[in-house]
Amino acid sequence: MQADIFVKRRNRSLLFFALLAVLTAGSIVITQYDVLKGFTSIFNAFYWGITNFYPDAGSLEKLPDILVKLRETVLMSIASTTVAAVFALFLALAGSRTTSINSAFSIASRGMASLFRNIPLVAWAMVLMLAFSQSPLTGYLALFFGSFGFLSRAFIETIDEVGSNPVEALQATGAGYFHIIFQAVLPSGMPQMISWLLYMIETNIRDATLVGILTGTGIGFAFQMYYHRFDYHAASLVVILIVITVIVIESVSNMIRRVIL
Amino acid sequence: MQVEESIKTWGQLSGNDTNDLDDLIAVKPLNRAAIGIRAVLLALAALTVYALSTIDYRSVDVYTAAADTVSNFKLMFLQPYSHRFSLWEAFYEVLITLGLAFLTTLFGAAVALFLGLLAAQNLAPKPVTNLIKGFVAFIRAVPTILWVLIFAVAAGLGSAAAVIGMTFHSISYLTKAYSESFEDLNADVIEALTASGANWWQIVFQAVIPSSVTYLLSWTFLRFEINFANAVAMGAAAGAAGIGFDLFMAGEYYFDLREVGLITYLILGFAVLLETCSTTMKAGFQKK
Repeated sequence: MQADIFVKRRNRSLLFFALLAVLTAGSIVITQYDVLKGFTSIFNAFYWGITNFYPDAGSLEKLPDILVKLRETVLMSIASTTVAAVFALFLALAGSRTTSINSAFSIASRGMASLFRNIPLVAWAMVLMLAFSQSPLTGYLALFFGSFGFLSRAFIETIDEVGSNPVEALQATGAGYFHIIFQAVLPSGMPQMISWLLYMIETNIRDATLVGILTGTGIGFAFQMYYHRFDYHAASLVVILIVITVIVIESVSNMIRRVIL
Repeated sequence: MQVEESIKTWGQLSGNDTNDLDDLIAVKPLNRAAIGIRAVLLALAALTVYALSTIDYRSVDVYTAAADTVSNFKLMFLQPYSHRFSLWEAFYEVLITLGLAFLTTLFGAAVALFLGLLAAQNLAPKPVTNLIKGFVAFIRAVPTILWVLIFAVAAGLGSAAAVIGMTFHSISYLTKAYSESFEDLNADVIEALTASGANWWQIVFQAVIPSSVTYLLSWTFLRFEINFANAVAMGAAAGAAGIGFDLFMAGEYYFDLREVGLITYLILGFAVLLETCSTTMKAGFQKK
């Protein structure tokens, strides 16, 4: 009996690893991934990075320009996340099972959240680019739509987690819909929601680089400009500044989380 | 009224002479957390207002652009059509993107498994965990697209640079997730095994990994979902193969919104499929 379990377990893991091997082989063929080149390029890239990818004296002259772009990008990420959070909160209240008015409403808002979340950021950026062209608004709106989808889902789950007990208790005392929202749902869900909001700001500052490259705005544009001009010293300065910004924002939001959670 | 009276009597019974309701019902003072929440909300609101007021609106006519965007979306979603490739070709491109995501997740998971063991505080000494955590935080701070573009200089644009660059982020994400799952393991189990003379590898393979394998799988699948979205983005921004590149060509070069619509629908379909898989998987594990 004991032996059977071990045989079964071994067979199951054999099957799992066989499946994994088949999928890996299939992926390598389909993507035309050159395994050898892939792994040797790691060392080449490090060698190249050490010899070429560092800021030099000339690139420091571009520091003021880069800092202006960086500030614009950080402010834009924060603004788009905050505004998206406000809209997401309304959608989440309509979508969560505990606070929705009826189930049709709930399904519709969950579907909307899923739709906005799964449309790739690239598609948002591309469509907005056609109408808004190379303006900071393009990046702002692309980040806004992406954050809106993600935060809606996160908020729906947060409100669901708050649970129906406090809501039921308030309903029993005859409290109205808005009383329930403002006295039970928001106060107990708020720390978690702010934590999600801060996480989204961190993610958006990184995504802003991608959006910037696609739409020609902000810090992403600065990187791409130097990259295409082979000015790797200035490009590396951009990367270093982004890393510092992200790490600072991450530690600030971790600090805030420790206080509020 | 009745409630107030009963509270009063209860207060007197417990030897509390005050008839003041405020003393009996603990009024929550404004504690650190509440102040923190208000401060954060105020700061965010202020920053947002400031950011929105500094955006340069002159370069674009917001109302026309907004109207244009709405009509673009209508064209995109109501009349999707492909001009340059058949549906099968588009499907094959999605498969390429899935393949990129799969390879990235696999390599990332393999490296992250070892780094995760070294980053778990109950399995490794503190200096080692701090070192790994710092390393991982640095990797995460550089946006994925920059990793891919930096590797593209050494490996050339294409799947090699995309896979290696995206793997970096998977490693950092999964190392964090794995080490947290490992740290959830009960300390007694490790102590018992150590007492029975098991060495580090035996502890890892007999206790730590088997007990957290379901979490590991569900985190890995979640990362696969994220990597799919990343692979689309890398295809567009770094010229890696796959559906993202077609999306970029259709949008940025041919201005063919109907094709952008078709590609978006395809990506959306796969993304929703992956999301459903990962939620079902998570629910299944939670039941066990």
